Formats: sequence, structure tokens, C-alpha cells
Amino acid sequence: MTRSHRRDFLRAVGGLGTFAVSAGLLWRAPRASAQQGDPILAGRPLVRYPEKTDLILLTARPTQLETPMSYFDGAITPNEAFFVRYHTFPVPTSVDLGTWRLRVSGLVDRPLELSLDDLKSKFAKAAVTAVTQCSGNSRGRFAPRVLGGEWGDGAMGNAEWVGARLRDILATAGVRQGAVQATFEGLDKPAFPSVPHFVKSLDIRRIVEDPDVIVAYQMNGRELPMLNGFPARLVVPGWYATYWVKNLSEISVIDHVFEKFWMKPAYRIPDTPCGCVEPGTAPKSTVPITRMTVRSFIGAPPGGARVVAGRSVTLKGIAFDGGYGVREVQVSDDEGVTWRRAQLGPDLGRYSFREWSAVWTPAAGEHTLMVRALNAIGESQGYEPVWNPAGYLRNIVERITVQAG
Amino acid sequence: MRRTLGIAALVLALPLAAAAETKTITLPPDHPYGDLKPGPGVEVAQRACRSCHSTDYIVMQPRGDAKQWEAVVTKMIKVFGASISDEDAKAVVRYLSTVYGR
Repeated sequence: MTRSHRRDFLRAVGGLGTFAVSAGLLWRAPRASAQQGDPILAGRPLVRYPEKTDLILLTARPTQLETPMSYFDGAITPNEAFFVRYHTFPVPTSVDLGTWRLRVSGLVDRPLELSLDDLKSKFAKAAVTAVTQCSGNSRGRFAPRVLGGEWGDGAMGNAEWVGARLRDILATAGVRQGAVQATFEGLDKPAFPSVPHFVKSLDIRRIVEDPDVIVAYQMNGRELPMLNGFPARLVVPGWYATYWVKNLSEISVIDHVFEKFWMKPAYRIPDTPCGCVEPGTAPKSTVPITRMTVRSFIGAPPGGARVVAGRSVTLKGIAFDGGYGVREVQVSDDEGVTWRRAQLGPDLGRYSFREWSAVWTPAAGEHTLMVRALNAIGESQGYEPVWNPAGYLRNIVERITVQAG
Repeated sequence: MRRTLGIAALVLALPLAAAAETKTITLPPDHPYGDLKPGPGVEVAQRACRSCHSTDYIVMQPRGDAKQWEAVVTKMIKVFGASISDEDAKAVVRYLSTVYGR
């Protein structure tokens, strides 16, 4: 966010009080679902996969499922509603804990083969509530359009993750001099050897300095669904989901920067301050995508809903950023001319969705509701979308339309 | 007799206990929403594309000209190692830029 963005944000809020927060939920879902009114999601079926509830199908092979927006009226995304994104097919469908091991190898003194019991019993238990969001969440909204997984806005979710700290695991293995990065690989192995395996890497420094990077075996108090990474996945708070390797099975410590397909050329953004370029143009150079931009959404009422004119409605939603924490959320019902501060819900930590709510009393007619967030270092959201060829980093001020009558 | 039954029950229970250590799911087949629209070359496109991914990947993409689809097919061959003959690749590009063209 630019400085001027921040000034605008602060100026708009000056002198405005907090909304009252005590109205009932008074809306009816639109006759046609929000999905049908959505240019990107229209026509996509709701499907029910194993351990999952009804989710929006993006692709069947590899499995990619999107969370409907109605789940984003609260801070925790239920496991069964959590989005799914795999890169290659087949995806893992069976894990035998009797034989599954997390192997740690490479530049280490003591290579490890850890069972799930080892992970649970030999390392201190660490918990972090954190958002994971696909780099390409909302790619379908890009203009000009870009090729790729044409997500709506539901390739994101927030959960309490419990597991072993990655730095504790690496300390047990004993990282040797000269180590630069660790690579991470899951059980998903493409059918054809020509297809690049999904392998990601993190700097050793990032791992050692950050106690919140964990190998999680628990999600919202339960084991992970298979399609969200059973029995364990990497959790890299603040960074996009591409690093959160699912069904984790291999960690390798290496002496160089890993640059195979899924780190380069995939999952890279323009090497510019905004991670963006002029729409329709190619960047001169790129860097790996890492930290998430600030976003906020209205989860309720749903877009296209009908509400009762003259009666108060509680607007609810979530806001998040790349790990500095959400400081403030504002809503507008007049195309952004005036903004009012929303009430923030409980603080579940700087990596978590922050719930917000605001009571709003509509006059009769059609209304556009907008939301934007400000994080702890003054970053916010803009009216102009960022653009890059891969369709990453989207964080425009979101809007929905509701009818009051 | 009762004891024998008890042991039999115990033996039967053992594989179940072991099974609890294994988690297995079964995925549904491709969804008809992703079916390719009819058109000249649709069979070649189905054969070439479906060996690696479902065709919902195609139908959700923005429409594009031959240049867009040629780049996509080339990427599938060069980057993802799709085994498609030159002749079939041309047919797939023709099909896509006709049926999913601008």
C-alpha cells in the first residue's frame, strides 16, 4: 500500500464512531444463489467429497474445491468446508500410519524417519491459528483475464493448527554448515514422470527464526482431512498456501536455493514493490511469491441478499494480512465516500482471520456494501486491482450488492 | 464353545484395529460440468487432455484465440511432458480455438 492509501484510510475514519453491534440476522438469501449471480462461479456445481461438505468444484483431477463465501462470516473455517488445491494427479487417497514416515535428509548430521507418534511425542506441541490462502485466490476476477485455476474468492481458510515446530525437527536432525534451504515434498506423485513433482523450499533462516512454522498434525482440534494434508502438513503462517505442503513426507536440507518448477518459473511475482505490472504486460524479472496482502470480505449477508428496509442488519465478515495483524476494519454503504469502523471480534493472533461486525440499517433500494482493512504496519487495500500475469496477490476493496425492501 | 467364539471375535477384531491406522478415501469421477463441448476434434482433445487432468480445467478458462491455445498446448507438452503427437497437438489447438475461441 502506498502512503497516500494510508492517509486516505486514516482521514476517512477520523471522527467516526464504532457501529453499534446488537441486531439480529435479518436477511433472506437471494432467490438465485450468490454463486449463480457470480460471473466466475456461475455454473460450477456444489460437490461433496470425502470428509468434506458441499463445496464448489473447480477441477476434479487434480482435486480443487472452493469454499462458499457464507463460511467467511466467522473466524474459523470448519475442516469440512476448507478449500482444496492439488497441483498434480493422482492425489493421495490412502495413508497407512504404520508405514508413513516423515523423512528428514540431506545436509544433516542425523537423518530422521519420524512416525506420526514420533511427531506427537518427541517434540513440544506448538499451536498457531493461521490463514492459508491460495496464491491465485480470486484469479477469475482479473481483468484482463489470465489463464490458470479460475478461483472465485473462496480459496482461503483459517484454522487452529497444532504440531511440531519445524526448527525443533531440524535441530534434532542437526543442520550442517553450509545449509541454505530445506525442500518439502508430499505424497502427491504425478502419474507421469515427466510432470514436475510438487516440491517447495524455504530458507533455513526463516525456519530457524520463526517458531510458528510447524508441521501440523491437528486442524481445529481434529486430524487433518486427507484432502487438506493428512497426516501432517507444513504450516507457514503469513505466507501463501503454496508453501503449506500437504501430506508431507520428505524434508531435505540443501546447500543452495532450490529452483525447480514449482519455485521457478511457477509461483513467482513481478520484482516490483506492488508485485504487479501494467495489465497485459510481462515483468522484467520475478521473485518467489511469499507474504499475503491485506484482504477483507463480507461473509454475511450474502451478495445479492434481500434485507428489510428500515431494520438493522448485522454485517459480518473476516479480515487478514500476511502476519502483522489486522488493526482496523471499515465498511461503507456509499461507494466509499464515507467509511465507518467495524467492531473487531476476538484476537486469535496476528496470522488469523479477524472477525468483524457492523450494524447497518438500510433505506429501501439497492445498496453496495464495501469493506477494507488496515494492518498493523499501515498496509491496506486499494480500489484499483493489482495485475500480474499469474493472477496473484489480489486484494482490491471488496463489494457486494444487497436489496432492501 | 463360548470361549471359541470369544477368540474368533478377537481374531476378527484385529484387522479392524490395524485398519484404524489406515485412512483411505475414494474420489468421485470427473463431473459432467467439465465435459468438452462437441465440435470437430473433440475426441482428440479429450484423449490428449484427460490423461493428465479433467477437462473442467479447460472449460473454466477465459476464451482465447489460436495463439492462446497454442501456448497452452505447448506448455502441456514442453513443461508437463504430455505425450501428444504434433498432428494431434494441431488438432487440439484447432478444436480449442474454435469451440473456446473469442
